Amino acid sequence: MSAQPTPSPVTTQDPKTEGEEREALNSSLRDAWRSLFRHRSAVIGGGIVLFFILLALIAPLLVPYGFNQVDADARLQAPSAAHWFGTDDLGRDIFTRIVYGARISLWVGFFAILGSIIVGSLLGLIAGYYGGWKDIIISRVFDTLLAFPSLLLGIAIVSMLGPSLENAMYAIAIINIPNFGRLMRSRVLSVKQEDFVLAARAVGMKDWRILLKHVMPNSWTPIMVQGTLGFATAVLEAAAFGFLGLGAQPPEPEWGKMLSDSRQFIQSAPWTMIFPGMAIMFTVLGFNLLGDGLRDILDPRMKQ
Amino acid sequence: MIWRKSSILTLALLFIFSTVLAACGGGTGADSGGKTLIWGRGSDSKLLDPAQVTDGESMKVTKNIFDTLVDYKEENTEVEPALAESWETSEDGKTWTFHLRKGVKFHDGTDFNADAVVFNFERWMDKDHPQHKGGDFPYYGYMFGGYKGDEGHIIESVEAVDEHTVEFKLKEPQGPFLANLGMSAFAIASPKAVKKDPEGFAKNPVGTGPFKFVSWKKNNSITLEKNEDYWEKGKPKLDKVIFKSMPDNTARFTALQSGDIDVMDGMNPSDAKTAENEDKLKLYKRVGMNVGYLAFNVDKKGPWQKKKVRQALNHAVNKKAIIKSVYAGLAEPAVNPMPSSVWGYNEKVEDYEYDLDKAKELLEEAGYEDGFKVEMYAMSDPRPYMPDGRKVAEYLQADWKKIGVQVDIVTYDWQTYLDKTGKGEHEMALFGWNGDNGDPDNFLYVLLDKDNTRTPDAGNISFYKSDELHDVLIEAQRSTDKKERTELYQEAQEIIKEDAPWIPLVHATPGLATQSYVKGNLFEHPINWYDLDDVDIQK
Amino acid sequence: MLPLFQIGSTGQGSIGETAVFQRKVGEIVFAYTVRRLLMLIPVLIGMSIITFSIVHAIPGDPARAILGDKATPEAVEKIRTHLGLDQPLYIQYFEYVKGLLQGDLGESLITQRPIAEEIGPYLAGTMELALLAMGIAIFFGMNLGILSAWRHNSAVDYTAMVIALIGVSMPVFWLGLMEQWVFAQELGWLPSNGRIDPRLGFEPITHFYLLDSLIKGDFYAFNDAFNHMILPAVALGTIPMAIIARMTRSSMLEVMRSDYVRTARAKGVSEFLVIYKHTLKNAFIPILTVFGLQMGLLLGGAVLTETIFSWPGVGQYLVDAINNRDYPVIQSGILIIATLFVLINLIVDLLYAAVDPRIQYGKE
Repeated sequence: MSAQPTPSPVTTQDPKTEGEEREALNSSLRDAWRSLFRHRSAVIGGGIVLFFILLALIAPLLVPYGFNQVDADARLQAPSAAHWFGTDDLGRDIFTRIVYGARISLWVGFFAILGSIIVGSLLGLIAGYYGGWKDIIISRVFDTLLAFPSLLLGIAIVSMLGPSLENAMYAIAIINIPNFGRLMRSRVLSVKQEDFVLAARAVGMKDWRILLKHVMPNSWTPIMVQGTLGFATAVLEAAAFGFLGLGAQPPEPEWGKMLSDSRQFIQSAPWTMIFPGMAIMFTVLGFNLLGDGLRDILDPRMKQ
Repeated sequence: MIWRKSSILTLALLFIFSTVLAACGGGTGADSGGKTLIWGRGSDSKLLDPAQVTDGESMKVTKNIFDTLVDYKEENTEVEPALAESWETSEDGKTWTFHLRKGVKFHDGTDFNADAVVFNFERWMDKDHPQHKGGDFPYYGYMFGGYKGDEGHIIESVEAVDEHTVEFKLKEPQGPFLANLGMSAFAIASPKAVKKDPEGFAKNPVGTGPFKFVSWKKNNSITLEKNEDYWEKGKPKLDKVIFKSMPDNTARFTALQSGDIDVMDGMNPSDAKTAENEDKLKLYKRVGMNVGYLAFNVDKKGPWQKKKVRQALNHAVNKKAIIKSVYAGLAEPAVNPMPSSVWGYNEKVEDYEYDLDKAKELLEEAGYEDGFKVEMYAMSDPRPYMPDGRKVAEYLQADWKKIGVQVDIVTYDWQTYLDKTGKGEHEMALFGWNGDNGDPDNFLYVLLDKDNTRTPDAGNISFYKSDELHDVLIEAQRSTDKKERTELYQEAQEIIKEDAPWIPLVHATPGLATQSYVKGNLFEHPINWYDLDDVDIQK
Repeated sequence: MLPLFQIGSTGQGSIGETAVFQRKVGEIVFAYTVRRLLMLIPVLIGMSIITFSIVHAIPGDPARAILGDKATPEAVEKIRTHLGLDQPLYIQYFEYVKGLLQGDLGESLITQRPIAEEIGPYLAGTMELALLAMGIAIFFGMNLGILSAWRHNSAVDYTAMVIALIGVSMPVFWLGLMEQWVFAQELGWLPSNGRIDPRLGFEPITHFYLLDSLIKGDFYAFNDAFNHMILPAVALGTIPMAIIARMTRSSMLEVMRSDYVRTARAKGVSEFLVIYKHTLKNAFIPILTVFGLQMGLLLGGAVLTETIFSWPGVGQYLVDAINNRDYPVIQSGILIIATLFVLINLIVDLLYAAVDPRIQYGKE
């Protein structure tokens, strides 16, 4: 990020300069990696995230029950050795469902955010790099999406597409697009003025190459930070859709849906409410901590 | 700089101040409006003109603003005097003479008399009447065979003999005529108020009932107050009734527990259990006139088009377990498409017993030993007959997996659900029905006859078209002999059981809970369970 | 949220020196405001098109919602024609926009009342709740932030920051349900539902119940309305509280390192006072930012809290409209919320400049 080629009017591309640039980037990444481990909140956050990822991966090995193993005789049992987190009203083991639920939440969060990063960054790149009418149109689209009350927009989208996990994921992706788009746009605007980009332009490098080689790598950091934090938001949003019955469908053990299914038992069987809520909270906490840590390390300028 | 600090200080002070205030002011406190009953319910009324409404939430309110000529007794569905003190009928059963109660006034001060009765009936029956406005009058057409000029319309004329006597002339005798007049749809409205604003009457109703209409905040609350001049002495006992819409069943129950409301209906079954065990609450269980079922769409290509497969799946439903888990025990397993409280119920029909081996056998016979995949619709909103469709579906899904049938559950919100099932887009769908008038026709014909398979608003969403059944049901419709009809309907139930277009699941027992200080046992009445004139609050 | 602002280093200290300068500032502010308002137009057009398309693509139709489950097909058809739902979509859209241009937000299909009239109480309900939530968030957030910066790296600091982190990580609806369970159902301290006890027969004036009860001098009603607000406001205020706490803490840490504070401390001014005063000054901008953003979010985003607490707010109103396919209500409702959102942020942006001379408007 720091190395910049001299803006001298060179006639041919200087491979060394580009190499240096990459070298500098690599070393700064190494530094970042190292300081990541020194950063306490990042380590804790990363640990939590890793824990949930592992949980999701080895879910079937961990638990003796199926996530939809119904047992009318074992309904609403309190936590015990057989059922660590108790059972729900259909007699299903809550611990099992939470473990499987990690898969769903991470899956939705990951793909929703990946989707908004891809679409958002692409639009942001175009808007920032080309400017002019493209910028005006794309920026207005971002403004419009941002001005929508996001949850209501999501509800309307899901109502249109029909409630399902996949459609909830699309809705989450759509409502998060402008966040990444605007971030990318502003990064591109500043990178565009950097000497190495001007130089590349001057030597007649193709636009897409400049974008790919110079602009993108230099805009990644804030997107990564925002993406990690956005992951946290997406997990919350997925839970909200699940809670409203617009996300995961039965018998998927989505955490938000587990909460809405068990609402009526809050007094008689509070464990049906407490544990899924905690699962959401810790996942979100993990991503928030990790995102904060990443921001502090990778992009001190973003720190307020 | 100064204002910033001071404004924040003000805010902080205000906050502290109000917290202190809140802390001091806890407790129940004085009620300003005397005896007020707050009824929490799932949704708002649609209209408040009794003749125009078909939904329970509207009738619940109109019943208390209006009176009918006759009413049902508290203990059963027999008829007793109301606005009419007495009546006689001619030998041939075609002429009915009603002697009206004297000295009754509408809430707007005008007199209730024979002219008012005549006016109301003419408004309902005559589509060209200047005040036949504001909506449809569906129950009139339904109960009296159509409207003026229609072939089946049975009321020839309604005339005022003198100020307090009305005479009905029928084209032919109708057995349940007197009972029909007791339906809350045929309550007498103030002619003056209707004439003044026929379109707006349904939002500003005026009747003779125990409570006067005060205000209606849409989607929020309807307030009624005591009619001091009510003709029945000593009634009503409450000073004010507020019907409050609180869409979320669980939130409503929480409100009941914390004393925010006095009565709630539409309970989650598990909450009903909780209410039963709490001293400060009282639970009323009503015999439900409903059915919750799973319909196979036999128009959609798939294994379920074979009768054997449908019968197999009928064997693969553990109704008792579903009732235990999803209904918290507050339901009866359904055998026939209608509950046993409806006359004509066939006791002899035996249910397909829960037997997965037998189900598997039948599937093999039908050529599906490896099972198959199917999409099952489940509603996401609670309905009275199915408080949680998704859970019922989950239950079926888990059971059917054991016989190799893979179920994909699809849920939609209620409007989408009606739309899609009405068009027949489903392969299987959970559904249900609340009876209107306790007639078997209201279940069997409406839900299973081939006449009602017309898209996009099919009532028979299994699209089961049996000519055999159709003939029986039409014959029963034409007959006026109850005994003959009973036999025909019992035959119909046997046909349906054999063809298995449905899996009849349950007849739910809707729960209603009140604070224990709410007295008056009217909630258990099979029809007029929301009549509040005898209800009292005794703290 | 500040696309048009630049934090520059020019012009500090010169504000208000001459009348000419002030007039110029006034002109710039005016031009800026006009520009921002003009930019609202394409946004609103875009929103109306998007909303209209989505809403009409939702399966099901309002005729069924109006008539209820037992409607006959004939009646449904009649209502559809009556409402103009059988017209081509573009005609329906232009009819709607034509109304909008004449200042007519339309009528609810379900209640047949003008939306402009109907939405008022719901908006007031949401706003009152959001304001109290913000009040709670600012009060607790700032003090938590100050406390933890003051005792930097101590157990107090860590506890406060863990609270803040948990605060931003909790699903609001879960927090709301837990509050209800503990404080309404188990302990019975606070009401769980609605805005006020309907037994009071309270007749609102502005529909801001706290204000109305004060106007009427009805302290019992004030108290009751306030009690009803506590649980939902705490649920709603938790996230902004956590954000404010963290912002206050970091800006305060900066202040404490500054020469100014050191000097003041050296001069013997009470440490606490110094810190408090300067933090407040410095924390104002970030708090304003959070306020603007969160108010906007709360306006449309309080859906879940409103559902759980049966709070008659605008989120609830619009979700009902979506469920009933009440097209005009959804369309106009979303436009109103968006306009308010943009306006609130405009005001916030203008306030920035009013309190911080380093900020100037203008070029992008």
